[in-house]
Amino acid sequence: MTTIEFLKPDANITGRRNAIVEGLYNLLPDECVISDERELVPFETDAFTAYRRLPLAVVLPYTTQQVADVLKYCSTNKIPVVPRGAGTSLAGGAIPQEDAVVIGVSRMTRMIDVDYDNRTAVVEAGVTNLSISEAVSKDGFFYAPDPSSQLACTIGGNIGMNSGGAHCLKYGVTTNNLVGVKLVMFDGTIVDIGGQALDAPGYDLLGLLCGSEGQLGIVTEATVRLIAKPEGARPVLFGFDDAEVAGACVTDIIGSGIIPVAIEFMDKPAIDICESFAGAGYPMDVEALLIIEVEGSDEEMDAMLKKIIKIAQKHNVKNIKESQSATEAAQIWKGRKSAFGATGRIADYICMDGTVPLGKLSYVLRETYKIIEQYGLRVANVFHAGDGNMHPLILHNANDPKEAQAAEDAGMDILRLCVDVGGCLTGEHGVGIEKRDLMLHQFAEIDLNQQMRVRAAFDPDWILNPSKVFPLTLSQRKAI
Amino acid sequence: MALKILKPADELEAAQLITNARSEGTRLEIRGNGTKRDIGNAVSADKIISASAMSGITQYDPAELVMVAKAGTLLSEIDKALAKNKQMHVFEPANYGKLFGTNGKQTIGGIAASNMSGPRRYVAGAARDSLLGVRFVNGSGEIIKNGGQVMKNVTGLDLVKLMGGSWGTLGFLTEVSFKVLPRPETQITLAIHNVSDAEGAQLMATAMATSADVTGASHAPADIASQLMNAPVKGGITFMRLEGLKETIGVRCDRVIASLPKGLNIQEIDARASLALWKMIRDVLPFADQDQRPVWRISVAPMSGYKVAAAILNKLEGQVFYDWQGGLVWLRLDDVSNANAQIVRNIVKDHGGYATLIRASEPVRASTAVFQPEIAPLAALSERIKMAMDPSGLFNVGRMSPDV
Ligand SMILES: Cc1cc2nc3c(=O)[nH]c(=O)nc-3n(C[C@H](O)[C@@H](O)[C@H](O)COP(=O)(O)OP(=O)(O)OC[C@H]3O[C@@H](n4cnc5c(N)ncnc54)[C@H](O)[C@@H]3O)c2cc1C
Ligand SMILES: Cc1cc2nc3c(=O)[nH]c(=O)nc-3n(C[C@H](O)[C@H](O)[C@H](O)COP(=O)(O)OP(=O)(O)OC[C@H]3O[C@@H](n4cnc5c(N)ncnc54)[C@H](O)[C@@H]3O)c2cc1C
Repeated sequence: MTTIEFLKPDANITGRRNAIVEGLYNLLPDECVISDERELVPFETDAFTAYRRLPLAVVLPYTTQQVADVLKYCSTNKIPVVPRGAGTSLAGGAIPQEDAVVIGVSRMTRMIDVDYDNRTAVVEAGVTNLSISEAVSKDGFFYAPDPSSQLACTIGGNIGMNSGGAHCLKYGVTTNNLVGVKLVMFDGTIVDIGGQALDAPGYDLLGLLCGSEGQLGIVTEATVRLIAKPEGARPVLFGFDDAEVAGACVTDIIGSGIIPVAIEFMDKPAIDICESFAGAGYPMDVEALLIIEVEGSDEEMDAMLKKIIKIAQKHNVKNIKESQSATEAAQIWKGRKSAFGATGRIADYICMDGTVPLGKLSYVLRETYKIIEQYGLRVANVFHAGDGNMHPLILHNANDPKEAQAAEDAGMDILRLCVDVGGCLTGEHGVGIEKRDLMLHQFAEIDLNQQMRVRAAFDPDWILNPSKVFPLTLSQRKAI
Repeated sequence: MALKILKPADELEAAQLITNARSEGTRLEIRGNGTKRDIGNAVSADKIISASAMSGITQYDPAELVMVAKAGTLLSEIDKALAKNKQMHVFEPANYGKLFGTNGKQTIGGIAASNMSGPRRYVAGAARDSLLGVRFVNGSGEIIKNGGQVMKNVTGLDLVKLMGGSWGTLGFLTEVSFKVLPRPETQITLAIHNVSDAEGAQLMATAMATSADVTGASHAPADIASQLMNAPVKGGITFMRLEGLKETIGVRCDRVIASLPKGLNIQEIDARASLALWKMIRDVLPFADQDQRPVWRISVAPMSGYKVAAAILNKLEGQVFYDWQGGLVWLRLDDVSNANAQIVRNIVKDHGGYATLIRASEPVRASTAVFQPEIAPLAALSERIKMAMDPSGLFNVGRMSPDV
């Protein structure tokens, strides 16, 4: 596939490759610099694997000061920089360009401080999402945002993409759980933003950083909120004869005043794929499943589930499966959690991430099937229904260029639809290169120019991840 | 001399007025309804532009948990609509009218622009966390939209957060959308009597570390506690609020109590009284005294609050009480003629926090930086952000700092 455009590498920079690599070796211990072509290959793409570019060099510093030294060097020499965490971005946010130095934070993995009385943890940016929760779990705490990639993805990348997960319905996404960062600015200046005290005066720089996709600076440390683990958590599984009815049931539950921790939706193709992979015991004679999880003490969970089941019954729910034990709960989640992996076994897929107002879920689902049919493809839907964040997985054969193109085109049509009903292009995966050119469907040029001017306040020369998020037609224009 | 007030009827007119102001070089003070006019440095302006003529809820379907309203819509109107559907703003917007001795009616735009949040802040986020989308006119007279009406959105830079808490220095908000949530069925407050500030901080930390979901944690020394309880009490009181379903709130109460040391004097405050109590805390009513003694709002880590307060009260005469698990310190100083910013800020800075001067007499405010000054590189960045949004420096000149 070649539809997504890459900038022509700047020959002025690639031509100086040897000198630049030498400059990097002068700043860092040898083992922190990667310049050998074969060793650069693992960094040529992220989880948006259809596109790849070898970077000029990769550096993997150990300290904030080293990150600062490299950034200072790059900004002085006007060399583009692509920040990188674990490279699990699904939108191509961490894909390099040939004239750029990748600065990876994967070696910055110290847990610096855990403070239960103030309920915060300070971690280095390369710490994985899951390892925060693992470190504090024995003491009854967790870090709330839980992307499915949490075993691998880093807190730095989570901030870059403002990542979410199944449990964000109750606890919010990264931006709602981050209270401070150490940031290296474009010129190597190191600043602390926020901290344990809430609501710093001045502009909300933390809020701007979340979801900024590495364009505003490099995060080297993060202070995150810890939350006390609930006494218990219990999912219930509902099967419906009709996907749209399942969608309506979601709206009704939310409208009734109950906010569960998670409401996950799976359609028939997704159920088939997950069940044959995981053997989770999902009913096979239904068109849609909802997995709804509530938290609290037994009494609280009983009370909430009673209300939820009553609403589901009003919507003619066909199967109800309540979990009676931790094993049964794990069983219910097993299928859902393996959805991406299971899908990957049967076909190549691209995962869309549009978000729509809750009341439009059913309509968008119906239209999604129509779009997919027009392209002669298949789709499986597994998504966070409680906050309207849809994840159609578009199945195709990536080795067939025509089919791969059709999948990409269908995906773009679905995203346009999400915007047209009042939603947005991406709920938690980010724009990256994937959705860059669709930005003009959601925004007017004037809106994007305003965003780009704010971006330039952080990075006047546009060296930080310069060809992401904004359509190249706009970002390449000198005056904004 | 009274300044002329521009009251655009809609977004297009606002854009036109701001475009004109820019070409005439007219500096504008942005107003909602003026209820927080006394917070922030004095603004130098030639005219006032107010959103008060742009009012009305434009979209609200309770099942979608989102409300969109024009910036000049009164909070009272919004609250009425929310109450009808048993919903609320989870960040508990405060009303400082009584603190200032005014009865101004707050606008939703002013609430977004000031990012002021009440007791639930510590668990449910600030106003900015509920703010989903904005429309505004920038300093070039352009109409800009950002964010939207959905709860998850990473489409481009989050200018919604930037506008939240920008105190009218970056743009004139014309429409905002907020996430709204179901109102809890009921609430109970536990009042723990006879505890010192330090003990209170530890009790709150302990309770917040349980899974009981405490949604308000405040502490008041005896003098303020007497005011809050509307009856004289001998010692300090720590308050903990629980909200939720009627059937299960008792269980959670028990869980909190079980986590605390034995032998405490714990009183249960019922739903009605609890509601009134937290409104008093939210609106800083213990300091709503019809005078101009300086009132500081200090934000630090929860376990630092009582230390900051003790250090300040060691040097200056005044009173304090705490919200946000002890991390929000409300401080009133006795000396009406001096906010003692240097002393307050030096102590707060040692604990890694911020102090904002919320109330003071006109001359005191004129000689005090109201918001804590930022460190040099961040101040320079803020200046560049201001230039990116309002290149001619039209809006609220001097409000956030003398330079921005
Ligand atoms: C002579 C006189 C004296 C007065 N004295 C007082 C007084 O002492 N105390 C008092 O509270 N009121 C006072 N008032 C009332 C006051 O005028 C308000 O009614 C007024 O409109 C100021 O509003 P504000 O927008 O600053 O406040 P809010 O509406 O509370 O706004 C808070 C902050 O948000 C910003 N903001 C508000 N709306 C928007 C928007 N749409 N877009 C972007 N930013 C926005 C504001 O610039 C401000 O920084 C007085 C009025 C008069 C005529
Ligand atoms: C199987 C699978 C499941 C997934 N499930 C979810 C999910 O449920 N929810 C979800 O939200 N996402 C999900 N993702 C997407 C992805 O995991 C997230 O976007 C994640 O946050 C990326 O983290 P990372 O460390 O891999 O960052 P990268 O992919 O390396 O980088 C992501 C972006 O952040 C920037 N960046 C990285 N580190 C820094 C830093 N230190 N400072 C500044 N910028 C930086 C990069 O430049 C890039 O733009 C999934 C991905 C996969 C492959």
